[in-house]
Amino acid sequence: EDEEEEEILTPAQLIHKLEEAWLNEKFSPDLLECKSEIVECVMEQLDHMEKNLQRAKKGDLKITVHRMEMERIRYVLSSYLRSRLQKIEKFFPHILEKERSRPETEPSFLSAQEVAFAKEYASNCESHLKKLALKRMPPNLQALDVIKAVAKPNLDSFVFLRVKEKQENVLVEPETGDQREYTVDLEEGSQHLMRYRMIAPLVASGAVQLI
Amino acid sequence: MFCEKVVELIRELQRATDGQLPPFNEDGIREVLEEMKALYEQNQSDVNEAKSEEKTDLIPTIKFRHCCLLRNKRCILAYLYDRMLRIRSLRWEYGSVLPSEIRFHFAPEETEWFNQYKKSLATYMRAIGGDEGLDITQDMKPPKSLFIEVRCLKDYGEFEIDDGTTVLLKKNSQVRVK
Repeated sequence: EDEEEEEILTPAQLIHKLEEAWLNEKFSPDLLECKSEIVECVMEQLDHMEKNLQRAKKGDLKITVHRMEMERIRYVLSSYLRSRLQKIEKFFPHILEKERSRPETEPSFLSAQEVAFAKEYASNCESHLKKLALKRMPPNLQALDVIKAVAKPNLDSFVFLRVKEKQENVLVEPETGDQREYTVDLEEGSQHLMRYRMIAPLVASGAVQLI
Repeated sequence: MFCEKVVELIRELQRATDGQLPPFNEDGIREVLEEMKALYEQNQSDVNEAKSEEKTDLIPTIKFRHCCLLRNKRCILAYLYDRMLRIRSLRWEYGSVLPSEIRFHFAPEETEWFNQYKKSLATYMRAIGGDEGLDITQDMKPPKSLFIEVRCLKDYGEFEIDDGTTVLLKKNSQVRVK
């Protein structure tokens, strides 16, 4: 953790990390850990590029190329944040429950702004349903358990992945009454289609990349 | 038959394809809530009767009415929640200001929900970083080409673009701009 913070990334490396985070978030059924440091650095990078462009000579061809690059980066960053927001909205009771029951020592999956947004969204939805319907129902039916009412992310959905760091004995199917445990070795560079639940920790650690 | 009205509400939404928002069915909701009230009151009286006179043969009817109540509740909430999700999509599709034809289909409470959602979203986007944050409702598609073709409909004269270059806009001429 400390090593990561001191690592200085070149702009190219930073954008590469952004793209990896973006793809992981896009293809994962679950909300992943928020890469706030990457978001911060990319925003700084965009600001830096904008300032450079203001200073450049008008009509310089570099401007066109840099503008294109900036639009690309802005698209990836926006798409990354949108993916996250969509999942936060879709699974809000479970995400907020996870956040509520998180021990103080553990880092949050959400950025501070996302926590605020999630809480406002939840409150907005719940008061909406109360006002329009629940309050007008018979007394014993006015309660709504949002955690039960809203679906959870489907961790058993299948995802495509590429292996970045070789893994041995990855559990594919746990042992049940009918079958023995089924494990595989994941070679570096190989691509697989697997159930997300089984490789979720590997996505979090960066050992595999969702594609 | 019970719950028919509420299922009709759901069908109304099913028929509106492409995430379109039909007008809010105030009357439909009211009718369903009235049905729920009637079912509940009938159950209250039957429960009292069953308790005081120990009549167990009322119990199946009580259970049946309770199931209808639960179904009505579930369907009403589904109707309202699905509309809410469609309204949410409208923010992303049209921006902060919705066309009036669409706004007329909102219930007052839905307008309130929409306004609150807009506010939360704006607060979130401002806080993303940098001076003004990032408007993530823009850049919805990957950038394809930096230039677009523009045809001038009227004589405008000279026009200065963001990057400082000027373009001469003459009627019917076509120009590639950023």
